[in-house]
Amino acid sequence: MLEVRDVRKAFDGFQAVAGVSLAVERGQTAAIIGPNGAGKTTFFNLITGHLRPDTGAVLLEGRDITGVAPHDVCRLGMGRSFQRTNIFPRLTVFQNIQAAYLSHRGRGRDLWSSVERLYRDETDAVLASIGLLERSGELSGFLSHGAQKQLELGIALASEPRLLLLDEPTAGMSATETRDTIRLIDRIVRDRGLTLLFTEHDMDVVFSIAQKIIVLHQGRVIAEGAPADVRADPEVRRVYLGARR
Amino acid sequence: MIARLGRLPWGLFVLIAAFCVPAMGSRFYTFLANDIVIWALFATSLNLLVGVTGLVSFGHAAYFGIGAYATGLLMKKLSVPFLLAFPAAGVLAGAAALAFGFFCVRLTRIYFAMLTLAFAQIVWAICFKWNEVTGGEQGMPEIPYPSFDWIPALPVVGGWRTAEYFYFLTLLMVALCLWALRRIVGSPFGRMLTTIRENPERAEFIGVNVRRYELAAFVLAGAFAGMAGGLFGIFNRGVFPDFAYWTKSSEVLIMTLLGGMGTFYGPAIGALVLILLNQQIVAYTEYWPFVLGTVLVVLLFAFPGGIAGAIGAMARRLTRPRRA
Repeated sequence: MLEVRDVRKAFDGFQAVAGVSLAVERGQTAAIIGPNGAGKTTFFNLITGHLRPDTGAVLLEGRDITGVAPHDVCRLGMGRSFQRTNIFPRLTVFQNIQAAYLSHRGRGRDLWSSVERLYRDETDAVLASIGLLERSGELSGFLSHGAQKQLELGIALASEPRLLLLDEPTAGMSATETRDTIRLIDRIVRDRGLTLLFTEHDMDVVFSIAQKIIVLHQGRVIAEGAPADVRADPEVRRVYLGARR
Repeated sequence: MIARLGRLPWGLFVLIAAFCVPAMGSRFYTFLANDIVIWALFATSLNLLVGVTGLVSFGHAAYFGIGAYATGLLMKKLSVPFLLAFPAAGVLAGAAALAFGFFCVRLTRIYFAMLTLAFAQIVWAICFKWNEVTGGEQGMPEIPYPSFDWIPALPVVGGWRTAEYFYFLTLLMVALCLWALRRIVGSPFGRMLTTIRENPERAEFIGVNVRRYELAAFVLAGAFAGMAGGLFGIFNRGVFPDFAYWTKSSEVLIMTLLGGMGTFYGPAIGALVLILLNQQIVAYTEYWPFVLGTVLVVLLFAFPGGIAGAIGAMARRLTRPRRA
């Protein structure tokens, strides 16, 4: 589904991502973990076209998407959420999701129809699956942090992706919110048969849903594999798990 | 009851009222109304950038000026009829906006604003210096009125002066342009522009080609500003380089802020209020800029949504169900 070959990215001589390769199979749930500054978000940005790798290649379903602009990457079947919540704050909850549908279905060039009635059913369906249907008329900027994160997940889903990238989907959430969100993500990914790649710093979250874990440290992969193997890896214990517990 | 007021076709009422202005019998009122109507279109076109897309242009007068020169030149030097010269203003101004916008949308925020200003000053300098075509510093006086020979034959509308015919024509053209702009703002395309205003990064990752949409908005805004300029040149009986000068750009930006960029009709209200205020205050004091400055300061702090925003907030307060 997704294959990354030896990508590197340096900022002013600082090697943020120093040669990372990985492969995510179709239908797999994979997680990237690593301490702050390990290069997780930079790595995501390299995949989604927000940054261009200095070297290396990114392949989506066998197609080279290295250096393709984000809006085109999105059209090719990749949905994404951001670490710092990224929604359209002065649009309603409904309009947030609807906008993603309008764009994804190529209606953005329509200068003449009224926008109000378009993709009502599809939008409501997404709102129902993320549990925000009752709040569809509210301004999204006034939602709680947790609800905004769910909305952002909905926006990503409305692009009808096959591969979903979530950058710290539970960042800043309480323990309860985290558990609910993870359950929600897990259910949606199963229902829609999505491939999921996410970054996370909360270990419990990662081990509860990921089938594959990639550990980044100082811009490099130091371990990769099934959760049990990664948990047992001495190098991982030293630089990451050990440092935190 | 107040909630129902919002659903009335206010645009239609205003249009009918505007058509009745010459019946008040004062040439001056008709003149003032004509001025307001044209600036209302100019300000609304700017709001497609500022309020809808979130792009602050400091050089919108460039397209106003280009439209004015285009219509003026075509009608005066080539005797092209108004019905061709008017849309030509939109096409030429839109083409200029495409050329300049191509560079402007590559920059963001203050850099975008400064580049729009720079291009506008280039347009002004060309108008100012290119004597053979634009008349240079002296401008281009005596732009002819459109031909109204056939109108007196009509019932009801026959029997007015030429300036009044032109006012009716302006009203009709501006109403059409505003209707088109309103459709555009309420279309899926308009919604995509709003997502860019709200969050360009997110817009990009729902698949919106941000730069291309910004450029499209820039071209449309320029085209409508051009048509406003075309009307203004005829109304003003002449086209002058200061149409494209930065003070015009700031004037239209002030109207947009004053009226409220958050609503469709806010900028038109801003045009109305600013022009009327100017008329009234200039009669009492020569310190008009001082009064304007004070009004703006109060407005920006007390009513950041402008006049339209304040009216909307008041209406919501009145309609909110009271707690028992």
